[in-house]
Amino acid sequence: MKTIRVTGGILLVIAIAAVAGPWLSPNDYVTTDFDAILAAPSAQGSHWFGTDNLGRDLFVRTMLGIRVTLMVAIVASLVSLVIGVAYGAIAGYVGGRVDAVMMRFVDTLYALPFIFFVILLMVAFERNFLLIFVAIGAINWLDMARIVRGQTLGLREREFVEAARLTGVSTPRIVLRHIAPNLLGIVIVYVTLTIPQAILVESFLSFLGLGVQEPQTSLGTLVDAGVAQMEQASWTLLIPASLLALILMCFNFMGDGLRDHFDARHDR
Amino acid sequence: MSLLDVTGLSIRYDGQAVVDGVDLFVERGESVGLVGESGSGKSQSALAILGLLPARAQVSGSIEFDGQQVLGADDALLDRLRARRIGMVFQDPMQALNPYLRIGVQLRQVLVAHGLAAGRDADARVIEALTRVRLPDPERQFRAFPHELSGGMRQRVMIASALIAGPDLLIADEPTTALDVTVQAQILELLEEIRDNTALLLITHDLGIVAGHCEHMIVLEKGRLVDAGPTTSVFASPRHAHTRTLLEAAPRVDRGEVPAPVDGRTLLAVEAASVQYRDRGGALLDAVNDVSFAVRQGETVAVVGESGSGKSSLVRAMLGLVPMASGKVVYAGEPLEGPVQHRARERRRDLQLVFQDPVSALNPQMRVRSIIEEPLLVHEKGIGSAERLGRVTAMLDKVGLEAAFLTRYPHELSGGQAQRVAIARALVLEPRILVCDEAVAALDGSVRKQVLDVLRSVQDEAGLSIIFISHDLAVVRSISHRVLVMYAGRLVEVAGNDDLFASPLHPYTRALIDSVPVPDPVVAPKAAPLRGETPSLIDPPSGCVFHPRCPRSDETCASKRPRLREIRGTRVACHYPLDR
Repeated sequence: MKTIRVTGGILLVIAIAAVAGPWLSPNDYVTTDFDAILAAPSAQGSHWFGTDNLGRDLFVRTMLGIRVTLMVAIVASLVSLVIGVAYGAIAGYVGGRVDAVMMRFVDTLYALPFIFFVILLMVAFERNFLLIFVAIGAINWLDMARIVRGQTLGLREREFVEAARLTGVSTPRIVLRHIAPNLLGIVIVYVTLTIPQAILVESFLSFLGLGVQEPQTSLGTLVDAGVAQMEQASWTLLIPASLLALILMCFNFMGDGLRDHFDARHDR
Repeated sequence: MSLLDVTGLSIRYDGQAVVDGVDLFVERGESVGLVGESGSGKSQSALAILGLLPARAQVSGSIEFDGQQVLGADDALLDRLRARRIGMVFQDPMQALNPYLRIGVQLRQVLVAHGLAAGRDADARVIEALTRVRLPDPERQFRAFPHELSGGMRQRVMIASALIAGPDLLIADEPTTALDVTVQAQILELLEEIRDNTALLLITHDLGIVAGHCEHMIVLEKGRLVDAGPTTSVFASPRHAHTRTLLEAAPRVDRGEVPAPVDGRTLLAVEAASVQYRDRGGALLDAVNDVSFAVRQGETVAVVGESGSGKSSLVRAMLGLVPMASGKVVYAGEPLEGPVQHRARERRRDLQLVFQDPVSALNPQMRVRSIIEEPLLVHEKGIGSAERLGRVTAMLDKVGLEAAFLTRYPHELSGGQAQRVAIARALVLEPRILVCDEAVAALDGSVRKQVLDVLRSVQDEAGLSIIFISHDLAVVRSISHRVLVMYAGRLVEVAGNDDLFASPLHPYTRALIDSVPVPDPVVAPKAAPLRGETPSLIDPPSGCVFHPRCPRSDETCASKRPRLREIRGTRVACHYPLDR
């Protein structure tokens, strides 16, 4: 419980800062301050995190980046969670031919090259912020479905499920009371793996120019830009990179804590 | 000087003692039994002798082997001792053998690693060792992979591997627990044979094995030594209360009270049931072949047989958990058809099942209260939560657990407590028939006795009928009214408890009874009554399925399938039944 509270608290503070921060600053995220190009963090001109090579305020840009990064991560993970769990649980519990057809469809999607798929989306629907979420979620749910299906397949054969069937417990109730709670641990662990993965994929796409477009930004984009300037202006790399690391770490620790909390077998 | 001299052995994990001040001596050529229930520290003690405990175990005391201190010795000394001076046989030979190496290669490794032999010479000694443990056709098995051998043959290979370097001491940790009773008898006989110069430290929970095969015995309870001495005197006058409990909890197959027959009306009848499975190659195999039986109200019917005899498949088909290829089930005058989820709810509540492994039979994410409550939520929707709680608590009380258990999770229960919760769940709907599929097989002797007492008292109170599947004939004798004996999917004998155990008609039944070790050192162990193991169901023997192993078989048995016929109240499928 303690880990969940601490990491959840840190994430909450970061999220609130990302939403409210830009209002507190007199600067915005596009305007160039010609007096302060690549300026170090200082109260001068309220550039608390300094500025980048175009003289844009890094505090506001970082807060904006966190917003985008968190949104990408959470929405992509939710998409993969909902589709993956429902798909995997149905395939695993129904089994037989339904399972075979559903899983071959997953295999087919696996065979699609990811980057090709994203480029295709961009071409077809023009550049759209939402598409990044869809693209990342659309890839991650495949793994989730496979994992959930494998677990369900194992659980379905367990004797306590058999005992429930023998007693006359209905199928929806078996899935809800006997299968789902036993899936929770692995699903939570997998989601905590998905969130950092989504964040990394987003920054990779942005780097290729397929993701967030300037002047919009994300933590990944800021880190990429920071790398180029790290010798003259280390803060352009250090600030977004340490925030990114902090966020990833918090998600990982929170995942561990949640798993322990939900898993009755774990001694509390 | 003793060959093995252990004094004041203590093993701790994080300060928690699992073995506490145990003394143990084994003389040359002697056989010593180390007895105790699960968690008594018997296996830990054995591992300590071989220096095989994990590094985090804190060991103190003294372990001298042939005058040399083993405890804290360097790896070089331990390497010289293991295999060459001390051989070890584990419980599960499939776990102890490498599945990717041929038998011969694995055994040769022992010789080569210790520099005892190499090349042709090593091969010859491996064949010699395999011959010594009476492995049929040793030259061929030399090239076989572990999965190609049966369980009994694998354990023979393990014993050959432990003996190949000619050790002075053989440590066997539950060497027959994973085997069928007729195969167990063969392995115990083999352990007797090979003991010309080798001392034996036999770790077991089965007092029958100790009584028949060990000169001395040591009883452990929760890591402490509670009784030790010559086997005959420990059995005759146990000093410690725990030893007495163990002895009282060990049922005997050869004597003791048996339940009187029950004369109720027929409640359930299974008629000409057959169950077929497909193996991985797609071949059809008959798991159950044309089996009929009936259960009366208030009666306990035991189904016995070795693994692969079809006893579980029979009841699972009856309950609708696996499809029945042919035959029918009639319950209270009405047919029960189709898979369980298609059967009428009211019918389902009347037949309940208790599984072998209580840990996997209980949902790990549900508390005891929810587990026992669930059947009530399904079948008795009208009752309020207070009444429901009352019935759950009453049920818990009936199986001997306090209300404090309501909020526990399954992992917080011991094996016996978990099995009692599983029984409570099965009984909360007041079923008419309870099927127990090896329900007490995984439990320690004293806990088993408690669980059996619960079943008996519920039967007396509510007139419950019980179908009791078990491979343990001594337990069957103590609880059942009638017994069905199955072999390779077929029914070979059906008789009342008294008749069956006093004078069985089928040679297989006789052999099963004679294979059970009797927990009494005065009764000399019988020679293993059967050779070989149960046949393959894909290609069963012609005529009588039992004829290849039967001491009485002739050409008729090999060609003609015997039908079940009635002889003085017993149904038996044999051309040459034993005299009564």
